[in-house]
Amino acid sequence: MSTIKNSNVKLAKAPPGIEGEGFLLTNLSSAVGLARSNSLWPLPFATSCCGIEFMATMASSYDLGRFGAERLSFSPRQADLLMVMGTISKKMGPVLKQVYEQMAEPKWVLAMGACASSGGIFDTYSVLQGIDKIIPVDVYIAGCPPRPEQVLDGILQIQELVKSESLRRRDSPEYTEMLSKYGIE
Amino acid sequence: MDKSELLNTVTDRLSTLFSEGFVSSNNDSDMPTFIIKKEFLVEIITYLKNDKDLAFGYLTTMAGLHYPDNKGQEMGMMYQLHSLTNNFRIRIKTFFSKGDVEVPSLTPIFDGANWMERQEYDFFGFKFKGHPNLKRILNMDDMDYHPMLKQYALEDGTRTDKNDDMFGR
Repeated sequence: MSTIKNSNVKLAKAPPGIEGEGFLLTNLSSAVGLARSNSLWPLPFATSCCGIEFMATMASSYDLGRFGAERLSFSPRQADLLMVMGTISKKMGPVLKQVYEQMAEPKWVLAMGACASSGGIFDTYSVLQGIDKIIPVDVYIAGCPPRPEQVLDGILQIQELVKSESLRRRDSPEYTEMLSKYGIE
Repeated sequence: MDKSELLNTVTDRLSTLFSEGFVSSNNDSDMPTFIIKKEFLVEIITYLKNDKDLAFGYLTTMAGLHYPDNKGQEMGMMYQLHSLTNNFRIRIKTFFSKGDVEVPSLTPIFDGANWMERQEYDFFGFKFKGHPNLKRILNMDDMDYHPMLKQYALEDGTRTDKNDDMFGR
């Protein structure tokens, strides 16, 4: 039997459980969390320069594919992770909200850069002062624009959330209440 | 035709043909500027467009003006005309009071004025008389004010991270 020598391929670590030859006994949420966190389908909602940094993040030098998120979904129906990258004007707000509402559960949101997080330098009547005014956000990335390394770090943070999330969280009354604060049914 | 020649030619024509509508002219800025009364706006622009020698056939842009300290003439509109055949440009300005923001629409003369006038309505609240579809174009439809008027702040009231406590101001 041949073995792969000197391989750089790093496999995702198996969740804790009872291990034996050819089997692993673990709880369902760990197994599902492992699968979900390493196969995120991001929806890039790129409206300005952060989107350009994201393109670098997707390209060969930084390669988001190393974390299992290389398959971008341009349809919200199949996306797991909404990545909002750039200034969101007030007129774009309802569009962003609709995209979020069209995503199937479970879904996560990442706000990249100062504009998506807080409005950034655009403290003005026409710009939404942070996307958390209209949709819930899981991870914020600071920077104007952030470097690709920071985006990777943000994705890793999202992966941690995904991994440790209880399978029943989305059915909980707390979650429904949190969504209803944003006016989402 | 150079700048001063253009200024004299157009001033002569306007002051003879529209003696009541013409107010003044100057060459202080990058192009000859003519101040007129807004009641004569359509007549004058139609004339400038259709005249064989001048042929100002292209409306480059327009902009609203708001000078709150100019009592009685707080509001204004500025139009830039370009003669593509002669390659010269002029600027037309008209001023009026803030209580009287009805301005004749240029849409019958230039189709391109449609969206420009919607923008000026959106930001300054001018009522363009004769415009076929005068509604907001850039801002949210439910916005309840015209944000370029000087009495409104530039900053957004919903900003939460500019807390003075955090910055020691």
